[in-house]
Amino acid sequence: MEHILSLIVFFPLIAGLFGLVVNKENIKTFGIAVALVEFIFSIILWIGFDSTNAGYQFVQYVALIPQFGVSYYLGVDGISLFLVVLSTLMTLISLVGLNIKKDIKNLVITILFLEMTLVGVFLSLDMILFYIFWELSLIPMLYIIGAWGSGQRVYAAIKFFLYTFAGSALMLVGILYLGYQYYLATGTWSFAVPDWYLLVLPFNTQLWLFGAFFLAFAVKVPMFPFHTWLPYAHGQAPTIGSVLLAAVMLKMGTYAFIRFSLPFFPDASVYFLYPVAIVATIMVIYAAMVAYAQKDMKQVIAYSSISHMGIIILGTFAMNAEGLTGSIFLMLSHGIVSGALFMLVGVIYDRRHTKLMSEFGGLATVMPRYAAIFGVLMMAAVGLPLTIGFVGEFLSLLGFYRVSWIITLFAGSGIILGAVYMLTLFRKSFFGKVTNEKNKNLKDLDKREFTALIPLVALVVILGVYPKPILSTIDLSVKKMINLMERKALLPDTKEFLVKVNSIGGTK
Amino acid sequence: MLDPITVNIASLNLALLTPMAVLAFGALALICIDLFVKDLSKSFFVMFTLLFILLDFTALIGINGPSRGFFDVLLVDGMSTLAQGVILISSALFIITALSNKPFKEFKKAEYYALFMFMIIGFQFMVATDNLVLIFLGLETASLSLYTLIALHNRNKAFEAAIKYFTMGALAAGFFAMASLILYTLTGSIELSVISKVLIARNFAPGAFVLAGVVFMLIALGFKLSIVPTHTWTPDVYEGSSAPLAGYMSVVPKIAGLVVAIRFFDIFLSSQIVWVQNILIFLAVITMTLANITALVQEDVKRMLAFSSIAHAGFVLTAIMVGGTQANSAIFLYWILFMFTNIGAFTMLWIARHKRNLWDTRYQHPFAKFSGMVKVSPMMATIFGIFMFTLAGMPPFSVFWGKLYLISSVVNSGHVVLAVIMVTNSAIAVYYYMKLIVYMFMKDPITEDGNIYEANSSTPIKVIVGITLFFTVTAAVFVQPILSFVTQMIQSSGY
Repeated sequence: MEHILSLIVFFPLIAGLFGLVVNKENIKTFGIAVALVEFIFSIILWIGFDSTNAGYQFVQYVALIPQFGVSYYLGVDGISLFLVVLSTLMTLISLVGLNIKKDIKNLVITILFLEMTLVGVFLSLDMILFYIFWELSLIPMLYIIGAWGSGQRVYAAIKFFLYTFAGSALMLVGILYLGYQYYLATGTWSFAVPDWYLLVLPFNTQLWLFGAFFLAFAVKVPMFPFHTWLPYAHGQAPTIGSVLLAAVMLKMGTYAFIRFSLPFFPDASVYFLYPVAIVATIMVIYAAMVAYAQKDMKQVIAYSSISHMGIIILGTFAMNAEGLTGSIFLMLSHGIVSGALFMLVGVIYDRRHTKLMSEFGGLATVMPRYAAIFGVLMMAAVGLPLTIGFVGEFLSLLGFYRVSWIITLFAGSGIILGAVYMLTLFRKSFFGKVTNEKNKNLKDLDKREFTALIPLVALVVILGVYPKPILSTIDLSVKKMINLMERKALLPDTKEFLVKVNSIGGTK
Repeated sequence: MLDPITVNIASLNLALLTPMAVLAFGALALICIDLFVKDLSKSFFVMFTLLFILLDFTALIGINGPSRGFFDVLLVDGMSTLAQGVILISSALFIITALSNKPFKEFKKAEYYALFMFMIIGFQFMVATDNLVLIFLGLETASLSLYTLIALHNRNKAFEAAIKYFTMGALAAGFFAMASLILYTLTGSIELSVISKVLIARNFAPGAFVLAGVVFMLIALGFKLSIVPTHTWTPDVYEGSSAPLAGYMSVVPKIAGLVVAIRFFDIFLSSQIVWVQNILIFLAVITMTLANITALVQEDVKRMLAFSSIAHAGFVLTAIMVGGTQANSAIFLYWILFMFTNIGAFTMLWIARHKRNLWDTRYQHPFAKFSGMVKVSPMMATIFGIFMFTLAGMPPFSVFWGKLYLISSVVNSGHVVLAVIMVTNSAIAVYYYMKLIVYMFMKDPITEDGNIYEANSSTPIKVIVGITLFFTVTAAVFVQPILSFVTQMIQSSGY
């Protein structure tokens, strides 16, 4: 168990390199086997994880460039644990559901590399290491969209890449500047996150550093108005690309908010609270409205992702235990649900080579099993109680209610809009009579698709009914982080705010 | 009556000359051998040259003791040793690429190798002194040899490139001579250390003349470093030269120029002369920005790489502006890491060389040539892709660490806006490197025959690619030893 984190990070890389030798016919089996082993590793990590310990566990530290303070520093806590499990799970599921034949070998190896970078992002406790994985994750996705996408795939891939790369350019300056501040304060170089947690920055410095980090994360999330790359990328990406993009890659941004922005810059975070919250609310409502106007099923889900990410941001910036825990749980649930929905769209696209809702109608009679699974996941997407979607959304909004009831009200209306567009999508595609001749003889889900989707549906229900084991683990680390923010806060306003939002009814 | 001058041999400290002397001996010996033995083969020449480069390197490592010698003209300090090391390692990597699969006329001539060795000596002298006249001599020896090496490639384009480079180089030499002249007039010395003392004592007056000296020097060095606006020769010369030679030119003459620039501008920067700083910032910003924007529209990979090397030079220029130990160490860290990647990238073009221009009437390596390369030659495409991403500064490959340390030194000196401009530029740069990757990985192949990308390949060249790739990919592990060594060397030379 000593080196389990390194194992989890680098196993897919090594296996991917071995995969270069594996025969083309067997590469998918190989990929699934590797992803399964990786998933088992992450489960072992979860089992071995001490859920009464709020700090970092399984920590691994090797000084890489001691003179410059760069280290190979991995660790896991309640905040990152489940995101790692989510990454390995979704990689496994998406590989099981994979049915691309063209250049399958390159694709599987690329997916394994992508898995390494995703897990690496969540486990890094050194800013430079984090930045490495953060940027490195763009390359496999670039290749996946650009080589296996449809339509204007190359344009979409480049747009995705440049947008996110440019967004994080400023973050690099921010990281280096913070590193220098740490050096000035302590006399030694360090880029280790736990070290930086102890660094108290002057308010003005916090402000612009917050901005530099914010831009990188906001592009990744993606927050309004930096969201334009996402629907485009989803539109052209192959199913497996969309699944991993929506389920895991977007979470890198919101995770980074929680891990870095809030604890590094508590005063700036509170200072920028309302602007960020307003942008997030706009995201929720605007993206929901745009989703309603879409004709393409995949675009509906793409915009619904943006809408949900808005609620995650709100929960994060509530800066209390409920909001933060809720937003992390919502990341998990959105990962599972949106991943599954993208797979479902992929299923119908494979059969009909179109994703336009107008082409469908009455699918429920032709493909009952497909319709049933779609139905369950749609319920989860709109946040119906007793599904996984409800827990996170409810907690996030509950958390933010302490900050501002009016913004919460607006954001809550986004959920109603969410129900509107999802139900419209469902009605248009699944109910009514089969009007289109081509839809009459569609095959229902086959064994492969079923195997991929059933675990997700099971999770949606199980975690919807009983989320406690996950919530309590997250909660502990979140509380520790809030505590840290409060201790670090410079301004009395910040302290007061944190106390206010973290106590029931605003009083002690 | 004049007193007789007595010179103590020991005080000359001739040991400092041994590295260059060894190589000079090798070059002369090669010419002599060629006179007596007919039909010497390429492999003999290459191995002979390589042997003497290694001997040179050994002699360089062997030097210890006082850093001044030969009437104080030679100055072999830490920085000089580092630069000579870089020059020799790149030369060793370069010369092996001559062992290509396809025959080329120039590689059969002993003169090619002799000239190559003389060129190295020139560059070594250039970095191993702070005497303006010896710098000039080294520069000219090296440049004249280099012009000839380009022309020996024996293509129309190569002649054009050589003439163009020669003309521009002659102009630069003129500027250098003017700069030296002005500085000599002002201070009565041609040694930078003395010039520095006199100028500081006089508080850099008279301003107009100092300005003129700096500007002339900047133009002269600008030609060698390909700083905008004196960069115009670069893409044409790279295009006309053979690919490895272009790669070599983007590394070695520049490190020599950088050392001279560090030594020269340190005079002004250590006394906080603001206008010199401002000029350098301005030049660095327009160099990287213009080069990056021009690179976006290139249709040929080699020309794109030429503009990319201009942009990299602009990047490093910022560190010269910053000055100090960290910045100067960053220059060397950057350049050592860049050396491996850039030589690797140009060697990949060399491997893909074909006698005729198959895909474009003008260009040898248009982007379209590499369409769908991953499907016919996946290994090559992946390696090339890694080199491209590395040059773009993607972590965790080699150039990223140099970029990181360099930007850090800029941030630490308080030039945060400049740092933002630098990262913005690297975001622009990523686009044109990615263009090649898009062609290689996302387009459909235009040929079924993967051998077309390896026509000029041979085992030794593959070894070179392997070495450069190894250092590029695993750079994270080597950064610490390189960095601590570089820092120690820079500190010991007082920068």
